[in-house]
Amino acid sequence: MLTFNLLVLVALAYVAFLFAVAFAAERRAARGDDGWLRSPLIYTLSLSIYCTAWTFYGAVGYAARSGLEYLTIYLGPSLVMIGWFWVVRKLVRIGRTQRITSIADLISSRYGKSTALGVIVTILVVVGITPYIALQLQSITLSFSVFVDPGGDVPAGASRDAVALWSAAGLALFTILFGTRNLDANERHHGVVLAIAVEAVVKLCALLAVGIFVVWGIGRGWTDMLARIDASPIADWSQPGGRGVGLTFLSAAAFLCLPRMFQVLVVENGNERHLVTASWAFPLYLLLMSLFVVPIAVLGLDLMPAGSNPDLFVLTLPLSQGRDGLAMLSFLGGFSSATSMVIVATIALATMVSNHIVVPVWLRLRRDGSMIAGDVRGVVLLARRVSIAAVLALGYVYFRLSGGGAALSAIGLIAFVGVTQILPAMIGGIFWRGATGLGAAAGLVSGFAIWVWTLFLPSFGADAVIPAQVMAQGPWGIGWLRPHAFFGVQGIDPVMHAMIWSMLVNTSLFLIVSMLTFPNPLERMQGAQFVNVFEHSAGTRAWGQTAAAAEDLLIMAQRIIGAADAQAIFLRAAQAQGKPGYLPDVTPDFIALLERELAGSVGAATAHAMVGQFTEGASVTVEDLIAVADEAAQILEYSTQLEAKSAELEQTAGQLRAANEKLTALSVQKDSFLSQISHELRTPMTSIRAFSEILRDGDTGPAEQQKYAGIIQDEALRLTRLLDDLLDLDVLEHGQVELHRQRGQLRDVIDRAVSAAGPRGGRLRLVRRRADEAIMLETDLERLAQVFINLIANAQKYCNAADPVLRIEVARLGAGYAVDFVDNGTGISPEHRQVIFEKFSRLTDPGRAGGAGLGLAICREIMARLGGGIDYLPGQGGAAFRVVLPVADAMAAQ
Amino acid sequence: MPKPPPPLFLGRASYRQRRLRDAVRLLPVAGAVGCMIPLLWPRGAEGPGNGLALLYLFGLWAGLIAAAFILSRAMRPEDDTDAAEGE
Repeated sequence: MLTFNLLVLVALAYVAFLFAVAFAAERRAARGDDGWLRSPLIYTLSLSIYCTAWTFYGAVGYAARSGLEYLTIYLGPSLVMIGWFWVVRKLVRIGRTQRITSIADLISSRYGKSTALGVIVTILVVVGITPYIALQLQSITLSFSVFVDPGGDVPAGASRDAVALWSAAGLALFTILFGTRNLDANERHHGVVLAIAVEAVVKLCALLAVGIFVVWGIGRGWTDMLARIDASPIADWSQPGGRGVGLTFLSAAAFLCLPRMFQVLVVENGNERHLVTASWAFPLYLLLMSLFVVPIAVLGLDLMPAGSNPDLFVLTLPLSQGRDGLAMLSFLGGFSSATSMVIVATIALATMVSNHIVVPVWLRLRRDGSMIAGDVRGVVLLARRVSIAAVLALGYVYFRLSGGGAALSAIGLIAFVGVTQILPAMIGGIFWRGATGLGAAAGLVSGFAIWVWTLFLPSFGADAVIPAQVMAQGPWGIGWLRPHAFFGVQGIDPVMHAMIWSMLVNTSLFLIVSMLTFPNPLERMQGAQFVNVFEHSAGTRAWGQTAAAAEDLLIMAQRIIGAADAQAIFLRAAQAQGKPGYLPDVTPDFIALLERELAGSVGAATAHAMVGQFTEGASVTVEDLIAVADEAAQILEYSTQLEAKSAELEQTAGQLRAANEKLTALSVQKDSFLSQISHELRTPMTSIRAFSEILRDGDTGPAEQQKYAGIIQDEALRLTRLLDDLLDLDVLEHGQVELHRQRGQLRDVIDRAVSAAGPRGGRLRLVRRRADEAIMLETDLERLAQVFINLIANAQKYCNAADPVLRIEVARLGAGYAVDFVDNGTGISPEHRQVIFEKFSRLTDPGRAGGAGLGLAICREIMARLGGGIDYLPGQGGAAFRVVLPVADAMAAQ
Repeated sequence: MPKPPPPLFLGRASYRQRRLRDAVRLLPVAGAVGCMIPLLWPRGAEGPGNGLALLYLFGLWAGLIAAAFILSRAMRPEDDTDAAEGE
């Protein structure tokens, strides 16, 4: 006979094993070696937390009492998974793109990131699921008590409470350790998932082992078994059909709405393709889990003494046959079912409580903007840990208060009906864009109220909460409000009664209120994002133009998701925008991205509120409103993308066109230069040749000789100058120039330039402010003077005013200085401005200037070599050039 | 030697994939209908009995799982583009 102590020892060893498994998985995941942790097999097995202790033990009891009806509980989820292409696929995609953390977050996020809806759903599931957790504690204590008192029905008082308490404490420890390890953006818990996958295997093996023992150990195979079934009290096919259909629907709906199922199905989903495998593997798992339920029930009814608890046949049948090892395995299976459910349910509930109740309240209390100072990350983690402890404590308290009796065994279906109230808001939210937050709230609250009144409160037993008189006559004698006979419809099974009425009222109110109300812009946008998730998974666009500083956002993000992750996100965003460093431009896209990343940790509503603090006063722009007001928002969005692309193309085309124009102009210039330079070379050459011929002939007087030699020399000088310029430019362009750095006053440089250029054009009047020019420079002063000479000479040559004036102005420009040369002529026309700095460019007719159009090109090259620049300065009333002095070299005079 | 038929304009492979998706969508409906068939059976003593019902339901279930398995093998999740859904 197994002793109680041995049992405790085995259970503890098993728990220690689970801790080790979870720990190892976390370690591997931390090393990035999580490939196999992300396999479809693990995903499918993790879905098995649908099978709780209620199904492990209870299914047999259910079958013993109601025949094949237990199958509905498995068929519903099977159909949902086989039909994954309809709902589950969409939920998973939404969960992924919107970074959904829980079912409350899904509802809240869909309906405009509403805090109120998050709170409603959270309260609903806490109320509905806490008894369910209590049920798991009860099943653990019951299974322990079987070994103490094989009758099973009368648990030994003191040890029973101790078992429940220690189980709850141990589960809290495990959940806090592995469920709140990280606040990572995806809310995934590798350790927990692997642990529940292991537990899934344990409970399946346990049930199969008991089943095989029953069919082939006690019975004599399948045919014998079928004969026994037909001979048993549950042989008749006699269920009322409506209840079967109702229960199938209920279990299918609960499969989608149960927080723990949502957690493993959507939140922990690592890859959408896992669904393809799970679509057949999970129904297969359920089939195997339910395969031997009827044989065990039938044999249990056959062999066990009358009055023994059929819920515990899985344990008591092997025990009564003296198979202690099998009983132990079966015990571990039940234990696994209970613990895995409690762990995941607690994580899911704690996430909701902390994200939708604790953190929003905390944020509201600290509205004064001191958030940056506070450690949000720590607060969220603490909130989650406290929530885990609180949820488990609540379950334990419920277990103690309810006395652990029969009241609990019905709680499974009751909880199903409770969470199913979320279904209309959820399905409506992902398929119908017209669903509004008010509609969802109306449906949820009404369904919740009806469920509490007709099913939840009466489940505590007659007179426990609702007096028997009210049950019979209705509150204040209002007969049509009787909890089990709404509107006078009597005689329906209470679960079906509550489900039909609550779903009817819930769905109707949801639809009607949705149709009557008008959603706010954010709701419309989220609605479009959810309903059309497959068309554009691009992301939400929540904020318009904003003044939020990237640095503030980075500081906040670091507080929430940790420094490394936050910096990685900002770095990626900055790179995507083509910016160096960690601070991207705060574009609406970036805000939306950041909000989604944060939502992965603290939920959509909270993330929105937090980001909102920094983007205050800039919620939704007019463009956004137009985008959502139009029913074809998706088309608009698509065409906006196209527009952006075509704008980009147009821009590129514009640049190409400009480049082409410039090339054409340059080519024209080059042609004209070639003819120009041949002309320039030819004219002096011609006169040199002509006069040298005259001189050679020798029949000229000395005075004429003198004159002709002078002409020949002038022309030779002109040729030399031209060739010098060409050579100079070539040297500058190829960077072979040597700079002779020296210190000197800017004023002196300008003086030298003026005097060098001066003699040739006395007509030009110079306006200078010599005081401004007292600037110390350290650069190649000769070259700088060359630039100035060129500019002054240009003004002399080209300024076409009657009374030409050249202003030379020195101004501070940022860290350096700029020298502007502004004349009062007609200036340079815009189409010429882009080519004046090119080689060979000459604007006026060739004869007048006497240069080859190389001056400005040389100036530009010189200034580039000196580290400064020269530009045409438009809008000054005449031709104006700005010489930017090299920054590091300009120093104010001491 | 008979000439092979000219290739259809629409891609055969992607057309087959879309029909596979239809089949995946249809499967749960078929399953639900199948689950409701036992409701038509006569109840009580002249009914087929729970043994037969058990066999039927598990047979249906296993059939659905097998169908889902085959479909999941045939489906290529890579081209998850619903843009082609309009045919």
